[in-house]
Amino acid sequence: MGSVQTDQVTMTSSTASRSYLGSAKSVLLLAAGAFMLANMYLIFMWAPTEAVMGHVQRIMYIHVPMAWLAFLAFFIVFVGSIMYLWKRESRWDMLASSAAELGVVFTSLVLITGPIWGKPIWGIWWTWDARLTTTLVLWLIYVSYLMLRAYSSNRSQGALYSAVLGVIGFVDVPIVYFAVNWWRTQHQRLVIGTGSLEGSLNADMRTTLYFSLLAFTILFSFLLWQKISMKRTEEDLRSIRYSKELTRGARIER
Amino acid sequence: MKEFLRPVFLVTWKDILLELRSREVVIASMVFAVMVVVIFNFALNVTPETVDILAPGILWVAFAFAGVLAMSRAFVIEKDQGSLEGLLLCPVSRDSLYFGKMLALFLFMTVVEAVLLPIFAVLFDFSAFSFTLIGVILLATLGFATVGTLFSSIAVNTRSREIMLPVLFFPVITPVIIGAVETSTGAIGSSVNVIGVGRWLQLIAVFDAVFLVLCPWAFGLVMEE
Repeated sequence: MGSVQTDQVTMTSSTASRSYLGSAKSVLLLAAGAFMLANMYLIFMWAPTEAVMGHVQRIMYIHVPMAWLAFLAFFIVFVGSIMYLWKRESRWDMLASSAAELGVVFTSLVLITGPIWGKPIWGIWWTWDARLTTTLVLWLIYVSYLMLRAYSSNRSQGALYSAVLGVIGFVDVPIVYFAVNWWRTQHQRLVIGTGSLEGSLNADMRTTLYFSLLAFTILFSFLLWQKISMKRTEEDLRSIRYSKELTRGARIER
Repeated sequence: MKEFLRPVFLVTWKDILLELRSREVVIASMVFAVMVVVIFNFALNVTPETVDILAPGILWVAFAFAGVLAMSRAFVIEKDQGSLEGLLLCPVSRDSLYFGKMLALFLFMTVVEAVLLPIFAVLFDFSAFSFTLIGVILLATLGFATVGTLFSSIAVNTRSREIMLPVLFFPVITPVIIGAVETSTGAIGSSVNVIGVGRWLQLIAVFDAVFLVLCPWAFGLVMEE
């Protein structure tokens, strides 16, 4: 009986701290909304139209921050995976898997917005250039990460296996980049380096890009937080259901 | 060192004995690889003019697919009759188990490739006996076996393991496949290799070294339960 009471006490205190965190989260949501709206205004109204590429160039303000955040997400997966393998606490697994889901979403959007820009500018949807190919391989690795979780026979096994893949996949990325880079230099030079693009940005464009980076980072932090708290709620639900089943079983036994 | 190597060789020997009796892995993946080669011949319409460009790619697709077939068997045979638990109960380290299984897989794949390569050389008319080609085949196969053993042990415990293994394996192994194809192109003949065979061999060797450290560690974690 005593143990049940202490359970309830810890439950209420954690709910209280969570509602406090929840209001902090809604502040973050509001900030993300406001910044993203302002970001859209800057991108579509305020930023000057690029002389050569025209309006298509505005994709860059979305494309580049998302690519950056995708890499950040995969780095978080790596850190979360290592911490999970070390500590075996489910919160690290929640962090890693939430970041992996976001990373896959952002990488998919990068792979979609890239060709939309590439078709009018390069004249082709896709080129097997080093950066593009590495991004594609990266996307495949983390899609297989999510598949591995989905196909695991139980959750702790999925957490363990995906943490292993989270480490191996991340270590593999620089080797992939080297390989692809050499492979491409052998056949053709880069059509257009993104580096040359950034050099040609004027001050207003650069401001817009940096603002967009900030706005997307806020959005990303909110999404990550939201995803983690969803997973935490799922786990709470599961443990409540489990304890209910346990007491029911105990009654039958009695 | 001897205490470490003995169980490794015992595990490898166990797999070899099993293979000698059942002949499941080597024959099956050999036949499969020949089929891949034949189908690619139709799909790409290989002519004497294009053979230099196409042959290395076909060779490595055949090797990689046959390799995946072999590595998927590596842990299925342990799982089927619960002999994995027996292996895990043995008083040997997880590392010895890993290297034993890896060595066996490496051997099977090498045997398959050793038979395939002359057939391939006859079909596509190139000289199979270049040291570069044999060197890159050994290095790349070591990479395949290193990563493959770990992923096979992971995939065997998931639902739909036949799908999971290639999905896990191919993205991670990309650099080895690129390096192997590029080196073979240089070895088989025609194209000018800007980067140089040596650099590619180095890249594959670096891949092997990194994963020869990482995979036994990960295998120990995966095999905990």
